[in-house]
Amino acid sequence: MAERMSHTKLRRHDLQMISDWVEADSRVIDLGCGNGRLLQHLQASKGVTGYGVELNPERIAECIDNDVNVIQTNLDKGLGHFDDDSFDYVILSLTLQAMRHPRTLLTEMLRVGQQGIVTFPNFGYWRNRMQVAFSGRMPISAELPEKWYNTPNIHLCTVKDFHSLCAQLNFTVVSTSVVHHSGSQNLGLRLWPNLFGEIALCHIKKNN
Amino acid sequence: MTDVHATSVGRVTPQLAEFEQPLHLQSGGKLDGFHLIYECYGERNADSSNAVLICHALSSDHHAAGFHDGNQPDGWWEVMIGPGKPIDTNKFYVVCCNNLGGCNGSSGPSTINPATGKPFGPDFPMVTVSDWVMAQSLLADQLGISRWAAVVGGSLGGMQVLEWSRRFPERIAHAVVIAAAAKLTAQNIGFNDVARQAIRTDPEFHKGDYYSHNTIPRRGLRVARMMGHITYLSESAMASKFGRNLRHKETFDYEFDPEFEVESYLRHQGDQFVNRFDANTYLLMTKALDYFDPAAECNGNLDAALSAATADFLVLSFSSDWRFTPERSREIVRALQTNHLNVSYAEIEAQQGHDSFLLDIPDYLHIMRAYMNRVARVIKHG
Repeated sequence: MAERMSHTKLRRHDLQMISDWVEADSRVIDLGCGNGRLLQHLQASKGVTGYGVELNPERIAECIDNDVNVIQTNLDKGLGHFDDDSFDYVILSLTLQAMRHPRTLLTEMLRVGQQGIVTFPNFGYWRNRMQVAFSGRMPISAELPEKWYNTPNIHLCTVKDFHSLCAQLNFTVVSTSVVHHSGSQNLGLRLWPNLFGEIALCHIKKNN
Repeated sequence: MTDVHATSVGRVTPQLAEFEQPLHLQSGGKLDGFHLIYECYGERNADSSNAVLICHALSSDHHAAGFHDGNQPDGWWEVMIGPGKPIDTNKFYVVCCNNLGGCNGSSGPSTINPATGKPFGPDFPMVTVSDWVMAQSLLADQLGISRWAAVVGGSLGGMQVLEWSRRFPERIAHAVVIAAAAKLTAQNIGFNDVARQAIRTDPEFHKGDYYSHNTIPRRGLRVARMMGHITYLSESAMASKFGRNLRHKETFDYEFDPEFEVESYLRHQGDQFVNRFDANTYLLMTKALDYFDPAAECNGNLDAALSAATADFLVLSFSSDWRFTPERSREIVRALQTNHLNVSYAEIEAQQGHDSFLLDIPDYLHIMRAYMNRVARVIKHG
């Protein structure tokens, strides 16, 4: 099976957006951390401490190589090995869509941490809509390159879908940004994020 | 030069360290003096900051790498230690000693008690993981090593690493804890006691003073090892290695001599072990395993027991290890996280059970290499 997307797909610009949401010197856990690039960036730019979580042994060795702490965990089995409220931020970047139980994982995220940052490929992106509407086939793009039958991305959603799940779980969406792989931030992206955003970034927290 | 030799530390000569001072043991016992046998591999840098201590497990010793006689490397951790290997002797100065109570050159039940001129036998005091770490620290003093770049060990060796991290936090930069546990489970203690009973009920045991009877409790030690060996493997490893294969025949003879391959393998393992290992040492080592429980000093709270630790950790477990399960390693990792320590953890997918930590398993060696490279980088940058 194809390996799921990870930070190797996150561009400098996206890393910077996540970094902007994270307070300096905070405790961070990055779920599905890939080669640890995001945490490495946050360690260097924000002085954060914490752990990456990854399943693939190759990626684990890369994290260690990148001076990033990594705890091997199968996210589909939950975060039972992490204590309640033990982190300031829980990051789930380009991983939600590959989870068997996204809703459970989101609940777990805001159990172990105060705030969450979730990024995912936006299925509402106009090119995806066009492909379904006009070719009648599941979309294939740079962000979602696999066929429907071998993709690790089994739970795709749109920005609107994600917001509505957060409401159901009684989470506040503090802010949402979308990015286009060109890195541009044009007017369309700002006005119609669910249409023009290829990747969505959401900052969430629990309602107290 | 063959490949084997290109990646071997080559010929090594064990060294002996003598300690004149009395050593007060956790049990309340005392040794008036003692000696430790050890081996070193690689070159020491100017300030000895590249020194790595290897802690051995139940049935191994100071001979972790290289060879003494002949020219075939036969250390117990050849896969790990050598030029270009994960614990790279081109970068590190590696030290491994036979623990106190051992039977391969360090003070132990089979060495001569200066007070009596006879082997200590059952009079050798009970030693614990904590005592070993104390003795190892005295060896480090004697070698002029103030701080280990890393202390590394598997199984019972991993317990020593944990003890180092909390007992001498200022003397250990990195702790590598492999296939270990913060304490044994009842099941593990049970296995150990069956092994001890096999030895102690052997008529040749003579209450531990078999040396003066010129004999050894061969049958008991053999059974102990056979049983231990089964528990170090996994069911699937044994199934794929032996299955129900018969030895040199197609049909049963309906007799008690070994008929299945697995029977003759285990007996052979047992026989070999008896020829190289002392029964009293086996008893002591299994007791040291049973007693280890740092959390007990803190009302069972492992977080508190490890609160003094400052080292960076790598913790590894193996999926098919049912004696020191991944769950036991997870408990250690969780406590380290609670203490906000740098820790990385991997559960290596492997079929070979507890013994995996001694074997050539690519994912395992790959992660070890990455971690030890990180240890080396820190040394370089001071």
